[in-house]
Amino acid sequence: MVDPRISIIDGRLRGVKDIIVVSSGKGGVGKSLTASVLALILTRRGYKVGLLDLDFTSPSTHLILGVRGLNPTEDKGIIPVEVFGLRHMSIVYYTKDKSTSLRGEDLSNILTELLAVTGWGELDFLILDMPPGIGDTTLDVIKYISRSRFLLVATPSILAFSTVQKLVDLLKSQNITIIGVLENIGRSDTALAKHVRDIGVKYLGTIPFDDQIEGSIGNVDKLFNTEFASSIEKLVLPNILEAR
Amino acid sequence: MHEWALAEAVITTVEEIVEREKYEEVFEVSLTIGELQQIDTGIMKFALKHLKEGKLKKAKFSIKMHKASFKCNVCGNLWVFNKNKFNEEVSEAIHFIPEVSHTYIKCPKCKSPDFNIVEGRGLYIQKIRGRK
Repeated sequence: MVDPRISIIDGRLRGVKDIIVVSSGKGGVGKSLTASVLALILTRRGYKVGLLDLDFTSPSTHLILGVRGLNPTEDKGIIPVEVFGLRHMSIVYYTKDKSTSLRGEDLSNILTELLAVTGWGELDFLILDMPPGIGDTTLDVIKYISRSRFLLVATPSILAFSTVQKLVDLLKSQNITIIGVLENIGRSDTALAKHVRDIGVKYLGTIPFDDQIEGSIGNVDKLFNTEFASSIEKLVLPNILEAR
Repeated sequence: MHEWALAEAVITTVEEIVEREKYEEVFEVSLTIGELQQIDTGIMKFALKHLKEGKLKKAKFSIKMHKASFKCNVCGNLWVFNKNKFNEEVSEAIHFIPEVSHTYIKCPKCKSPDFNIVEGRGLYIQKIRGRK
């Protein structure tokens, strides 16, 4: 018995030049915000960008972008929603933002299904917004899209670093490219930079707590004007573009 | 149509198997499709017929449907899928991503959303018959 979806994944992503996975061991560090803002900035720079929300139980990129009243269309597969010039796909278009609790096998099946049937077309970047941790979805992304480059997000807390360290161990053991670690909700006196460099990973810099962010959720114009967006442009973008 | 994407996946996979196992010609490919996928078998067969070529050109595709059933992880209750309970929008959602059944289905006995899909999910290539 063979699952035919696996063989088609490479083909479905053939038109995608670069795949950036925004990940962390910890929840609540700003992965979805980083993924969404990065996708918006790249789109504004003229790149063709896709954003795939892989946090199936707690998706939030649709809220950050303020997507309302749109649905993917069908054309020999699923065609992502086009919003603010980028292509967006999330389970939320099917769950209608209702509570959806899923076990491991379900998570793997959803990822495989989405990768097998979503037609991204030609893209310069596909940004994947990951759930926290190093569970099923992370393992599946490594298994099915080994050319992915991981952008890791942490906070100054040693608790966040401790989980990121485990993620780094996993990625290194599988020869997956790590772009670096971005520090969010940072302060000037944290030891994260040293910890990150000590494990042989590039420290991208720190984004201070931005009290404009909460009021900018769901409003792309406001998001662009936040210190968070300026920091992503300054700290992350050069590292994404230089290695291409 | 979603069926075309799945048909393309079937053809790509069968071609890989044909190459790997050195088939000269394929006569028949047997597929099973879970009820939760709610695949239109007419469209699926049309897509397969349209996409097959080379060593698959003469292959017949047989499709067997599997009823969907669930088992509650909390109370152990077993029950079967009843698509008539859902409106078109929910049916469409489950058609595209069968796991979103966890959004819309609860155990009829204890109302828990924590259940396993025992059968009736997915599309599988069961058997390939051909000449090597």
